[in-house]
Amino acid sequence: MSGSIERNLSALAETSDAPGSGMVKSLDPRAKILVTLMFVVAVTSFGKYEVSRLMPFALYPAAMAGLSGVSPGRVLKRTLIAAPFILLVGLFNPLFDRAPLLRIGPLVLTGGWMSFFSIIARSFLAVSAAVLLVFTTRFDSLCLGLERLGTPRVFVVQLLFLWRYIVLFMEEARRMVRAHTLRSWGNRPKISPKVFVSMTGTLLLRTLDRAGRVYRAMRARGFEGEIRMLRPLSFSPSRDGLFLLVWGGYFLVCRLVNLPEFLFRAAAGP
Amino acid sequence: MHMADALISPEVGGAMWAVTAGLVAWSAKKLKEDPDEGRIPLMGVLGAFIFAAQMINFSIPATGSSGHLGGGMILAALLGPYAAFLTLASVLVVQALFFADGGLLALGCNIFNMGFFTCFVAYPLIYRLIAGTGRNRNRILAASVLSSAAALQLGAFSVVLQTVASGISALPFGTFVLLMQPIHLAIGIVEGFVTAGVILFVLKARPEVLEAAGDRTRLRGVSLRTVLAGLAAAAVLTGGVLSWFASAYPDGLEWSIAKTTGSEELASPGEGIHSTLAGLQEKTAILPDYGFRAGSGDDGAAEASEEAAWPNPDMGTTVSGLAGGAMTLALAGLIGFALRRSAGARK
Repeated sequence: MSGSIERNLSALAETSDAPGSGMVKSLDPRAKILVTLMFVVAVTSFGKYEVSRLMPFALYPAAMAGLSGVSPGRVLKRTLIAAPFILLVGLFNPLFDRAPLLRIGPLVLTGGWMSFFSIIARSFLAVSAAVLLVFTTRFDSLCLGLERLGTPRVFVVQLLFLWRYIVLFMEEARRMVRAHTLRSWGNRPKISPKVFVSMTGTLLLRTLDRAGRVYRAMRARGFEGEIRMLRPLSFSPSRDGLFLLVWGGYFLVCRLVNLPEFLFRAAAGP
Repeated sequence: MHMADALISPEVGGAMWAVTAGLVAWSAKKLKEDPDEGRIPLMGVLGAFIFAAQMINFSIPATGSSGHLGGGMILAALLGPYAAFLTLASVLVVQALFFADGGLLALGCNIFNMGFFTCFVAYPLIYRLIAGTGRNRNRILAASVLSSAAALQLGAFSVVLQTVASGISALPFGTFVLLMQPIHLAIGIVEGFVTAGVILFVLKARPEVLEAAGDRTRLRGVSLRTVLAGLAAAAVLTGGVLSWFASAYPDGLEWSIAKTTGSEELASPGEGIHSTLAGLQEKTAILPDYGFRAGSGDDGAAEASEEAAWPNPDMGTTVSGLAGGAMTLALAGLIGFALRRSAGARK
């Protein structure tokens, strides 16, 4: 119902503020995109029963949140949005994979539970990295970065256009749903498919009208099929290169060396 | 139907990224060959429209549940396959980035599953063939329902294949198929009726809109041949990448990395005891990292022999793994906290 529109609108508003500040925000978007992708690939490359070796990867979201000043609570909240689906699919693992894998005293963990915990950890890590990317990067510089990384221009322009109009259309949808709610009797009136069709059809007609107006306005301002952006990107080797190198190196070490084991051995002494 | 990063492997995700990147580049090229400046703002606002429409939930009669529009077929009918594919892809990118709906590595899978089958298979081969360019209500209805159902069936099956190929979820292929296909058949039929409703609404209110769209959606170059070529490329790439990994690293990446770094791995279980547990032993081969305790809990004899064959060091390894993992996590949190403090102090 309208609740989901409200929630999504506030999620968008929260993101487009891009509250991240300082060093992380001023990094070249290409460096951040590449580091995020390397992170996700490294995290997902472990075997399905791996849990402890995923833990060193938590340093990246923790450090990014720490450096940019994005509150961990907000990142956590976002990662929870993806949780229901992950839980739903993940819970089949304990059901199907019942081979005992690990025993701690009286507690026996089956392979299914280990892989379930692994899925939760992967989900948390991958989503928090993506969330931090958008929390610390303006959408237009993100798009500019994507273009420089080889994304076709038409697609980048499409992303920029989409971004500009999403909030507008979500508010339009919210107004329609609210008007429907006010006209209906009873609590939380449901929208029947028939009403939905005419509602969506109307929204679509308004959309097409708006597209026409937008197009004419853009033509009047000299639009020729491309959005030109004035802010050039500059990839500084000492700043962005270092960022890329340090995190890439760290992910590689985490992937190749069993850090938690190493840490435990070091802490436990000889 | 949005897949998450937690459930896919880099090989599957990477292969689908490559296929999808190719499709995006191809669609972009096709649009460039057919310049229509008015289409660019149209794609932008229609993407935003799909976004907004997806957030309006409607009740599904006689079920008590509610659903929402997917909207892919409406886009294809208004924009043609190439522009619709790019628009759907852009919607999925924004969903992945801002709503944690689908992962970044899984983005290739998601764009392929929802965009490719809708725009390049179901639209040209089903919708367009049945609906034609006429205004026959029944034909539009049949075309919408059949094409939406087909697109969702193919997409859902593709989700199953990608998930099973990734091997993170333990859901067996058969069970997963039985879970996914019927649900998505129902969703597809509802989607089809709603799609037909919206298209017919527009046709009734403003027929010229669809006529203009008809010009725009003239099919250039989408034929069965290109569709099959796209599918074949996807299959070859995925299969090729997977088999390459499979042959290069018989026991997963773990194995080869352990070999190259020479890190301490568990000794493989003794052969004799495990003869009765051959099935489980197969599993131990792909779990080189953990103190794997083969043998079911209720089998006392197996337990006893397990104890003998499995001395304490294994337990040490698993405990050290868990404790070390917890320590690392705490350390990561502490470093993040310290960075936050120092960043705050600098401000």
